[in-house]
Amino acid sequence: MKFTVDWLKNHLDTKFNNNQIIDKLTNIGLEVESFESPTSELDTFIVAKIINAKTHPNADRLKLCDVDIGSDKTIEVVCGAPNAKNGLLTVYAPPGSIIPKNQMKLSVSKIRGVTSYGMLCSESELLLSNESDGIIELKNNKYANKIGEKYFKNTSEKVIDLSITPNRPDCLGVRGIARDLSAAGAGKLKINKKSNLKYRGNQNINVTIKKEKAQGCTIFGSCLIRGVANKESPKWLKDKILSLGQKPISAIVDITNYVMFDLNRPLHAYDADKIDNEIIVRSSSKGESFEALDNKKYILENDMCVISDRSGVLGLGGIIGGTRSGTEYSTKNILLESAYFLPRSIRKTSKQLNIDTDAKFRFERGIDPLSIEEGLIKASELIKQICGGEISNLDVKKNENYKKTIINFDPFLFEKTTGFNVENNELIKILEKLGFNVSKNKKILKLAIPSWRPDITQPIDIVEEIVRIKGYEHINTSEPIKTRLKPTLNYYQKLFHFLQRSVASKGYLETVTWSFTDSKINQLFKENDEEIPIVNPISSDLNVLRNSIFPNLIFYLKKNLDRGFKDISLFEIGPSFKGKNPGDQLTVIGAVRAGKVSRLSWNDKERIVDTFDVKKDVIQSLYEAGINKDDIIIDDRSPSYYHPGKSGGVYQNKKEKNAIAYFGEIHPNIIKKLDIKTEGLVIFEICLDYIKDSKQKIKDSKSEYKFSDYQKSERDFAFIINKNFKSQELVNIIKSVDNKLIKSVRVFDVFEGENIPEGKKSIAVNVTIQSEEKTLNENDLDNINKLIISSVESNSGAKIRS
Amino acid sequence: MSDIKKIKDDYIDKVNTENNIEKVKNIKSELFGKNGIISNEFKKLGSISVEERKKLASDLNNIKDELQNKISIKIQEIETKEINLKLEKEKIDVTLPERNIEIGKIHPVSQVIDEISSIFSEIGFSVEEGPDVENEYNNFTALNTPDNHPARDMHDTFYLDNNKELLLRTHTSPVQVRTMLKGKPPFKIIAPGRTYRSDSDQTHAPMFHQVEGLHIDKNINMGHLKGCLNYFIKEFFEVDKIKMRFRPSHFPFTEPSAEVDIGYEIKNGKIVIGEGNKWLEILGCGMVHPNVLKNVNVNPSKYQGYAFGIGIDRLGMLKYGINDLRAFFETDYRWLSHFGFDPLDVPSNYRGLSR
Repeated sequence: MKFTVDWLKNHLDTKFNNNQIIDKLTNIGLEVESFESPTSELDTFIVAKIINAKTHPNADRLKLCDVDIGSDKTIEVVCGAPNAKNGLLTVYAPPGSIIPKNQMKLSVSKIRGVTSYGMLCSESELLLSNESDGIIELKNNKYANKIGEKYFKNTSEKVIDLSITPNRPDCLGVRGIARDLSAAGAGKLKINKKSNLKYRGNQNINVTIKKEKAQGCTIFGSCLIRGVANKESPKWLKDKILSLGQKPISAIVDITNYVMFDLNRPLHAYDADKIDNEIIVRSSSKGESFEALDNKKYILENDMCVISDRSGVLGLGGIIGGTRSGTEYSTKNILLESAYFLPRSIRKTSKQLNIDTDAKFRFERGIDPLSIEEGLIKASELIKQICGGEISNLDVKKNENYKKTIINFDPFLFEKTTGFNVENNELIKILEKLGFNVSKNKKILKLAIPSWRPDITQPIDIVEEIVRIKGYEHINTSEPIKTRLKPTLNYYQKLFHFLQRSVASKGYLETVTWSFTDSKINQLFKENDEEIPIVNPISSDLNVLRNSIFPNLIFYLKKNLDRGFKDISLFEIGPSFKGKNPGDQLTVIGAVRAGKVSRLSWNDKERIVDTFDVKKDVIQSLYEAGINKDDIIIDDRSPSYYHPGKSGGVYQNKKEKNAIAYFGEIHPNIIKKLDIKTEGLVIFEICLDYIKDSKQKIKDSKSEYKFSDYQKSERDFAFIINKNFKSQELVNIIKSVDNKLIKSVRVFDVFEGENIPEGKKSIAVNVTIQSEEKTLNENDLDNINKLIISSVESNSGAKIRS
Repeated sequence: MSDIKKIKDDYIDKVNTENNIEKVKNIKSELFGKNGIISNEFKKLGSISVEERKKLASDLNNIKDELQNKISIKIQEIETKEINLKLEKEKIDVTLPERNIEIGKIHPVSQVIDEISSIFSEIGFSVEEGPDVENEYNNFTALNTPDNHPARDMHDTFYLDNNKELLLRTHTSPVQVRTMLKGKPPFKIIAPGRTYRSDSDQTHAPMFHQVEGLHIDKNINMGHLKGCLNYFIKEFFEVDKIKMRFRPSHFPFTEPSAEVDIGYEIKNGKIVIGEGNKWLEILGCGMVHPNVLKNVNVNPSKYQGYAFGIGIDRLGMLKYGINDLRAFFETDYRWLSHFGFDPLDVPSNYRGLSR
């Protein structure tokens, strides 16, 4: 909402200066976006100095000038003026400027083979005089230190631009703003002068508001103005329209616009002679069409509120008029409309047709239904004053009568909500100045709500009005209440926190990527999940919700590889979507590691990252986050985007369907398809939701501290075993030989090939044996050794290597 | 006596001038071995008179001690010298680089979320979450923003179906609705998370982060709201004083509503929070609208309280001098390394919010 302070003062008697007004507006909830002069076409012309003028290489009469325009570099301009010389102060117009004399827009152009950036101007080109022989010569003493500044002073009045919240349609008119300011003590609202308009004749175009279920119009007021002479608006009116940031059109159109912004009362003027017999306000039928004043043809749906005559649709009520009945300079007789349209109907129609107009914006938020006559009178008076003509009696057709809203307000609610007290007298005064009608019933205030405030429907709205006008600075700053109702984080939130920092501590950079991704990449990772398209994506390559964290991670990994980074570890923790309903999502960590370990190391041998690097990262992170070591089982089942032979899953239970984590090499097909150039690429993921909540605090789950001081012995075994036999199972078989005596089993060598039969491998393990009751003698150890060997051989088909 | 004294003097000299450890050891056996010179002298003791024996024995013992001591010191000396020489040869260049250090980082958004959670935890708030996909009811209608409300235009919403029933939440406020629907008052929560609007330019990203706050109890008023936010802002920016301004505004789900500005100034091209005469809008808040409370089965005549919504990314940008919002989500390795935080930098009250 734009207006000038002058315009405001038409409605407000105030001693406040501009800055005080601006501050007050902000303090009462009318946010000031800006307060500045409207931009002018003349703003681009600046004071400049010719540093060096030399002859054009291809034309004797032209000069090449290096011009100082107040910036770091000089500009080269080709100039034909004989007076262009070194040191001359003049006026420079950059490309894009519009030259006042001929309204030509300047562009960068080549003049006789040399590029000229803009132009040096003569007085005649700037319409300052008829002097066109040379460029302007500015006086040194006045302009020498103004190089780079605007040559023309912007004299137009500063414009206040307010951002009005959707609950305040009344402030979409200058009078409403003045009323709010007056309530806040910034002056006195001027009383509207009583009109002494003389009416002649009747409004004899018949108006009917059809009684229909979907009828979007409840009141239609109108008058005829006969014998007008439409013309250009006078300067004061043009200035008002310009200050709104709009272009003046003709007196009649400008007046209806002016009244809309002045009183927040949209009006529409028809050329009465173009109306076919009568006005019918009705709901449209599908397929009807009309050409609107924005020069577009609209095809209507059912139940849109249209103003029509016998020939068809004239316009969309409260949204936009049609060209068929539009006013022109030749218009002689006007039908002026001032109506009330239902916000819901306006919103629906304008959404369906995708139209946004100033009138629509206002009706959608709610216009004062009692402003019909006021609008007609104000506009008619101005039209008569500017264009002449005779005004008919006002004709107001209604389908509904306006009912005043009454709210019973207990002033205690104010203190209860805001925490501070305002005396009843002051409170009543504020409300009355805002236009409320206040009567008292013991402690309760009976409030009649002003017709221009559709936003006020219940007592809490009254609290807001009072505190807003009184000022938010009166609200106390209470000490924060520190009472805690429950622990800050639950198990999964803590897990999130631990895992996030644990993974980062393994050398991974955390990133945050969009929750949506490119369906083409997503499909490589989505497994059996349904694709979840976004109906209105921001771009076609972010068109689905991600079914996995990897599509984006891999995409950005590639970008970083393309930037020349070779060894990259990235991870993200966030949602991955399993379906399109709320809650169909999992919290997942996805991590990628590319390149080499110990690259360019002077002391270690460099090698490509492999599955066991990420296996360590994932397992260690899980341990650090509190997952019990003994609860973890590794299996070779993994999603299809992993290398089928070099990946695995981490399970908390053998029967569990869902792994809590996966790790391994990414499938080579994906690397190929996405054209990722790296020596090695391994990934892991952890699904937080699948981790079981142990429901035990550490203080309850710590077991008794037991240790043995008896001597421990270590024994090494090597078995020849089937190539596909899992080492984890071998370890389990050995452990189960004697859970008490066997303290640990470590695989320290795996070997295939020479001396090992085809399809077999050799696994060497180191077993630590220790009793809690005695020092084991050779005999005991021999027995245990024999048991281990026989148990492994019978349970795994392995043979001890001799 | 003079004999043995001479022996002593000779051998002391010998040991003194000898630098080979083997030769010193030979001297030792020459003196104290089975037929060693000193050993033999001891053997002679049996054949002399008691008087002389006493004296000679004492002298011999003294000489023996002196020589033995001398020899062991010498051996030690030579050994030390040899070890030092050996170690000197083993010297390595310690300025050669250590094994590769892999430094991981926490994203600024995560760090700021942890900072915020830590601050609100201090004053008794717990953390709630809600889904990224929401239904139209929780995101709008329950929050007193019915279908025909112009406030809906302020949110450019991503939809997942043509009926506009399913959407990506445009703010974290639906978590208020979920929290209140599943529990009983009082409520005291914050809800950080991802939010989405189909808006994309230098200062807007289609995804960003908000933290919602909600405190509902019997007598929570706007003074508490002001106190809570004043505390938060001061703690977050780690300043003693903060210039803060509450300005009336409008959100359908709060009444009265406010926007909060903080004072700032530009010093040496950097933004300084808390001082100065410029205002920066950082959050929206207000008293939860009675209609919202009714929608979630909380009796507004018994319970009342405040809610607020803060842009997390923007707070992070202000605090850590990050200029470009879009860069948060572009996964540039250099940016992540530069603006990321050490994983051990866990914001906490006792150790400080940030280093």
